[in-house]
Amino acid sequence: MKTTGTVTGIVSNLVTVKVDGPVAENEICFIDLAGVKMMAEVIKVGGSNAQVQVFESTRGLREGDTVEFEGRMLEATLGPGLLSSVYDGLQNDLTVMEDVFLKRGEYTDPLDRKKLWDFTPIAKPGDTVEAADWLGEVKEGWLPHKIMVPFSFKGGYTVKWIKEAGSYNVDTVIAVLTDSQGNDVDVTMTQKWPVKVAIKGYREKPRPNRIMETGVRVFDTLNPIAEGGTGFIPGPFGCGKTVLQHAIAKQGDADVIVMAACGERANEVVEIFTEFPQLIDPHTGRHLMERTTIICNTSNMPVAAREASVYTAMTICEYYRAMGLKCLLLADSTSRWAQALREMSNRMEELPGADAFPVDLSAIISNFYSRAGMVILNNGKTGAVTFIGTVSPAGGNLKEPVTESTKKAARCFYALEQNRADQKRYPAVNPIDSYSKYLEYPEIQQFLDNTIEKGWVDKVLTAKNIIRRGKEASEQINILGDDGVPMSYHVTFWKSELVDFIILQQDGFDPVDSLCPLERQKYMLDLVLDTCSLDFDFPDYEKCRDFFKNLINVLRQMNYSEFHSEQFNAYRQDVQKLLEEYGN
Amino acid sequence: MATNAYRKVYTRLEAITKATVALRARGVSNDELATVDGRLAQVVRIRGEMVTLQVFSGTEGIPSNATVTFLGEPPTLKVGEQLSGRFFDAYGHPIDGGPEVEGESRQIGGPSVNPYKRRQPSQLIPTGIAGIDLNNTLVSGQKIPFFADPDQPYNKVMADVALRADVDKIILGGMGLSNDDYLFFRHSFEEAGALDKIICFINTTENPPVERLLIPDMALTAAEYFAVDKNEKVLVLLTDMTLYADALSIVSNRMDQIPSKDSMPGSLYSDLAKIYEKAVQLPTGGSITIIAVTTLNDGDITHAIPDNTGYITEGQLYLKADSDSGKVIIDPFRSLSRLKQLVQNKKTREDHSQVMNTSVRLYADAQNAKTKLENGFDLSDSDHRCLAYAKEYATRLLSIDVNISITEMLDTAWELFAKYFTKAETGIKQSLSDKYWKA
Repeated sequence: MKTTGTVTGIVSNLVTVKVDGPVAENEICFIDLAGVKMMAEVIKVGGSNAQVQVFESTRGLREGDTVEFEGRMLEATLGPGLLSSVYDGLQNDLTVMEDVFLKRGEYTDPLDRKKLWDFTPIAKPGDTVEAADWLGEVKEGWLPHKIMVPFSFKGGYTVKWIKEAGSYNVDTVIAVLTDSQGNDVDVTMTQKWPVKVAIKGYREKPRPNRIMETGVRVFDTLNPIAEGGTGFIPGPFGCGKTVLQHAIAKQGDADVIVMAACGERANEVVEIFTEFPQLIDPHTGRHLMERTTIICNTSNMPVAAREASVYTAMTICEYYRAMGLKCLLLADSTSRWAQALREMSNRMEELPGADAFPVDLSAIISNFYSRAGMVILNNGKTGAVTFIGTVSPAGGNLKEPVTESTKKAARCFYALEQNRADQKRYPAVNPIDSYSKYLEYPEIQQFLDNTIEKGWVDKVLTAKNIIRRGKEASEQINILGDDGVPMSYHVTFWKSELVDFIILQQDGFDPVDSLCPLERQKYMLDLVLDTCSLDFDFPDYEKCRDFFKNLINVLRQMNYSEFHSEQFNAYRQDVQKLLEEYGN
Repeated sequence: MATNAYRKVYTRLEAITKATVALRARGVSNDELATVDGRLAQVVRIRGEMVTLQVFSGTEGIPSNATVTFLGEPPTLKVGEQLSGRFFDAYGHPIDGGPEVEGESRQIGGPSVNPYKRRQPSQLIPTGIAGIDLNNTLVSGQKIPFFADPDQPYNKVMADVALRADVDKIILGGMGLSNDDYLFFRHSFEEAGALDKIICFINTTENPPVERLLIPDMALTAAEYFAVDKNEKVLVLLTDMTLYADALSIVSNRMDQIPSKDSMPGSLYSDLAKIYEKAVQLPTGGSITIIAVTTLNDGDITHAIPDNTGYITEGQLYLKADSDSGKVIIDPFRSLSRLKQLVQNKKTREDHSQVMNTSVRLYADAQNAKTKLENGFDLSDSDHRCLAYAKEYATRLLSIDVNISITEMLDTAWELFAKYFTKAETGIKQSLSDKYWKA
């Protein structure tokens, strides 16, 4: 029998319910407001009172309204058809809602129940299987979507029967499994999973051992993110967080991209589903939208569902990871999620931590980041969830709780800087503060040795060092004046400008420069480092400036030209000429 | 409002603060309106039978035996064509001496537009001000605030922008407007003969601060009526959102909520987003564009109000007093319109974005030259030319008193380039400079 209750208190979307039976933390309930059933989640229980956060506006709710508990947590519906969907934070399909305005209590099915999928069996009768093992496969776009033993199944099962190849909808029973007690259970193409629980069902989670290519030089060359790695991008508004994230979504080398627009502008989501269907995935030549799922809880949608949105997005990624696919989760912005937690904590009158955030903020964030990772599945294949979150620090100050907590959890740090943005040095990632811990991983170093060239990491560190020394030199020049320092300071400074303009800066709106493959990144870094390794001396600092400005201009033209095209090679010749003219 | 013969009347308050009262009552619904000794109030918390009401006009003089009547529904606005040309207070009652509006009663602060039902904004809103049209082009469906110190003429700029914009309705939400500014708006609208397309919801400094909380929702409910029901292009002006946020902090403080940064409520981001995200381009052609004002404290944009606003809106326009030209200009460095690339070179001439970037870059060079000058270094010939260019650029293009077409702005910029620089110095793409360079 279901537990029921009545509303006894309301503050904004926090509702207190007096219950007549057992309730669980995070259990879902429906509050009846004059016939409209509004979904809510238990976030605190005390005596016979449960405090629930309502995923809708509580306007008009009364003391005494009835509540029905569901005996389950918030779940995501998993199955073929998730890709190219646009969901809200609770996984309602936004594309099938008819009204212009979102209606309270309108919940739509995440999957198209009528659509037929071409099913091919993988398992055979008599096979022993366990949770997450592959039973069959359908083609979702160009991806092999595995139909798996539901993740909630415990222990071993024997395949009793499996459906022959054919076209079926998601609710068709495609296999019958027998458990160790001899009970038969039906398996369809769809299953449900509570979003706040990580999907396991893999053999092990090793350290990441390869990088995920993004075509963005500040990522791939300077601070690569591992496949199955974690990273975050903090930055004040107007520094290009969204542009950078969209670039990664467009170019990231992943099979599946899930974008969680968490408390951000609706027009940015509109941009994604207006532009993505027209864009082509550079790795497969297919439409980008075919590999993309959008979860959107824009800033004006109910706050409580904001928290749910990132969990729903992560669950979908984990589901595809279990099929042996590479998934990339982008969440913009995790600060909004943290703020949602703060609002609830505040309404529950919990003792606040720093900046009024809940004291367990750090634990919640690191727990979430830990769900990313590369895994080795039971069948030996690998899958990965790479997670990149953005953080919107208040006032652009990185010494605030969300940034600090995230820094502890994420392995890559891409600090966007106001100063660089003001100078239009995009992407405005600060080259000195930012880091990728993966560069220190022996596994990753070896991967880079094998795929790019032996000793690659040393080159990267050399480039970073040039930047650092350039900054020191520029500080001295600023204090002592152009004439007050030896010429070598100017040369050091301009060498760092060379690395800055040619390697760090990248034109995200240029068709050629926006996507820079690894091979090309290596070519340009070699060229820049070779140039930087030369000794220069100039009669005066203006000559020095003019020389490097010219050099930078030609190298930039190379960045704008198709790799190894005639034009590109011509500019390469020009670089040579400039260096020779100088006398080297 | 629905009448209810069985409406119960309460006459005993349990608690009174400056902004709220609490009493024991049953069957009350969240967000519902009530009257407390005739003053409008709204339910903000229900705890068992203890109900807390936020009294919009303040609780001065409210006795503990005040009469409380619940009205059974949240605040509403009567919408209809008759709203046009009218001035209302925060409750939607006329303040222009005209009759009450007849029409459909709609709850204010209604639900959000399904993001999937939106369209990408693509229509340019010309304002005649080059600091906006040339450098930070506005697009219908956009939301953007002016960031300005209190002494700057932001209300005048906003009135200019509104009256020049090609829109069907202009809706002004005035929060904490000084009476003089209110009369200024009224006068400007009358002067321009634009009264038929204007609707104003006004809370002046003479009115209680908590009433301001109703203004944006009133203005946007009216806006949604015209944009959604009538497919009109609506421009909403909200001034001053800083005073709105201050009112939020008053209420949350009286409700004993733990403040977050700058003693603002923890929900400030969501509260502001709920308003700004009403900006929308609908597939049927209707749109809501929001231009707001956020006053700054001595240019401090790290304060919670401008900071949260910046994360919500699609850019910001900074007003700045420019000492070189002696004019108030739109700061080309810190201002940003996030949607400008949706219309530049598409709805405007092909050279727009190049001209914009080049003119701003040269202006930046002038700033460097200025710093050099201030530090006592000698200036080169190019530094002098940059400085001269900057002065003329600020006067003829950045200043807020400019009113010319975008084509004229582009031509003016080309004229300045040719006057002070060589083609090579501007670094503009050859094909464009061949075509537009003013020899």
